[in-house]
Amino acid sequence: MKKRTFLATAAALALSAGTGFAQQDSVKAGFIYVGPVGDGGWTYEHNKGRLAVEEHFGDKVETVFQESVPEGPDAERAMTQMALQGADIIFTTSFGYMDPTINVAGKFPDVKFEHATGYKRADNVSTYSARFYEGRAIQGHIAGKITESNKIGYIASFPIPEVIRGINSAYLHAKKVNPDVEFSIVWAYTWFDPAKEADAAKALIDQGADVILQHTDSTAPQAAAAEAGNVYTFGQASDMSEFAPMPRVSSIIDDWAPYYIDRVQAVMDGTWESTDTWDGIGPGMVAIGEISDAVPEDVKAEALAMKDAIASGEYMPFTGPINKQDGSVWLAEGETADDGTLAGMDFYVEGLTGDIPN
Amino acid sequence: MDLSSINPVLLVASLMIASTPILLAAIGELVAEKSGVLNLGVEGMMIVGAISGFIVAVATGSPAMGFAAAAGAGAALSMIFAILVLVFLSNQVATGLGLTLFGLGVSSLMGQGYVGIRPPASPRLEIPVLSDIPYVGQAVFSHHPVVYISLLLVFLVWLYLRRSRSGLILRAVGESHEAAHALGYHVRLTRFAAIMFGGACAGLGGAFLSLVIVPQWTDGMTAGRGWIALAIVVFASWKPVRVLLGAYLFGGVTVLQLNLQAAGIAIPVELLSMSPYLITILVLVIISSDRGRASAVAPASLGRNFHASR
Repeated sequence: MKKRTFLATAAALALSAGTGFAQQDSVKAGFIYVGPVGDGGWTYEHNKGRLAVEEHFGDKVETVFQESVPEGPDAERAMTQMALQGADIIFTTSFGYMDPTINVAGKFPDVKFEHATGYKRADNVSTYSARFYEGRAIQGHIAGKITESNKIGYIASFPIPEVIRGINSAYLHAKKVNPDVEFSIVWAYTWFDPAKEADAAKALIDQGADVILQHTDSTAPQAAAAEAGNVYTFGQASDMSEFAPMPRVSSIIDDWAPYYIDRVQAVMDGTWESTDTWDGIGPGMVAIGEISDAVPEDVKAEALAMKDAIASGEYMPFTGPINKQDGSVWLAEGETADDGTLAGMDFYVEGLTGDIPN
Repeated sequence: MDLSSINPVLLVASLMIASTPILLAAIGELVAEKSGVLNLGVEGMMIVGAISGFIVAVATGSPAMGFAAAAGAGAALSMIFAILVLVFLSNQVATGLGLTLFGLGVSSLMGQGYVGIRPPASPRLEIPVLSDIPYVGQAVFSHHPVVYISLLLVFLVWLYLRRSRSGLILRAVGESHEAAHALGYHVRLTRFAAIMFGGACAGLGGAFLSLVIVPQWTDGMTAGRGWIALAIVVFASWKPVRVLLGAYLFGGVTVLQLNLQAAGIAIPVELLSMSPYLITILVLVIISSDRGRASAVAPASLGRNFHASR
């Protein structure tokens, strides 16, 4: 117990000394990952961001990370441990770390916390996320065009706003180019379980889906689709280009490196403030992986045009008229969704079947 | 509700595939537990088997070699456990847990550089004549050979435990190691062999995940299947045929719930999602409700260390 208090005080002292002089020579940055760094998807990209930080700052920064930290009470332990080890800034990279991050941040007011994809902030807690739904719109467009069975399978993880936004965005854009399209949604209740993800993909393919979209982190659905033959998939979080040109026809890539470098720099300069960052294709936080030759040339051109329009701000994927699932009006003609509604999205748009589990 | 989109033939086929890793791990653990050793390292042995099989299959281009290596690696890892428990008389529960943690770590280390690589394809075995039977042939008789090996193993283990002299000795060791020792049987040797068999089976199960089901390597890919296998041994009250039943029930409900979701059946997803665990717990409760019988079926020396001096 004594050792702990000593360490905490030491960390606090070191920090207050740092902020007192407004500048810090070296920064220790911690990262909490939900999966293993070798998942080939979500965590892999966060770790790439961490490596970019190391490369950018060289000796001036030290990074530590812990992988496969379960979402829940154990996350608090991992964060506390990191804070006690003297981390100046801690990135917690999964939605389920939201409350643990807020709790631990309360205990370490001098440590900066950055929580990915959440919506709770504090003086020393920032949130950051990417507008994945922009990429989902492009996926939906391609999926609607290339499906032959008009059945699109969607492997969802947990019923949280981020995932629901993705489903809605993909569905709206698939429906726009293909009125007959249907979505089958399977909730896997996991971010990472390759065998289960593969089983889910197989179940969808067995029932006639020929495009599989996934919001889980491993490449297992890609492998399942490759085995099944004529099935298209999209890389999730990472490029997953090892499955190109078929089944993976494109991907959404998260690029966290610029943000991480920026934030670590802010800690160094003593200019760090609690902020809410939500960047999309425009600033480069979301990238679209190369669209492979399996996609017809004209569809590819349309997809790229949409990407440019989204990047320049000319087109917003949630532009009315859009109705909610129950038929009530959500957005009138020409109206665009505001960030508040998007951040807390808990409803399907009209046309999707089934209920969102709660 | 549209159940017509679920194809029962494909459902049975994917059920058999999804259940096989658990079945393999569970049947191996059953033999170890029958000899009186509780090895909680199943998860660790599975995942080490998964990566070892993967590495060898990629290097040699032969899935069969991969499976052989996986069984070997699982057995090798189980020997660490066996030496600690049987020679140094360490606590079985703690050592088993340690083995799982060690296996997860070591597999992650071994797997560096194997992420994103595709293993050689494992061909299916179309059993002649039988696979031509309409429907049934597709569902049951055209699987990967390891699926049949797992079924054969269940039968052989049953035969061995019930009908062979050495199986009788193994059970005697598990029921009362002192009595078996007094009769002149090699308690430690028997247990070494049983643990090794358990390790080999778990390794095989892991390789089935990384080479056939997923097929690729990702860290932590067993995702708790080793623990399910342990539960299924208890569920089956240490009977081989019931292990088969338990594994297929668990795998079946898992696959069925995904299919029901995909078909858009109006059952709450939360309920479907937890159904495999729910049903496992339910059956466990039913089985153990008959207390006299439950305590009678567990090997009496399970989890107890043996030393000849006692």
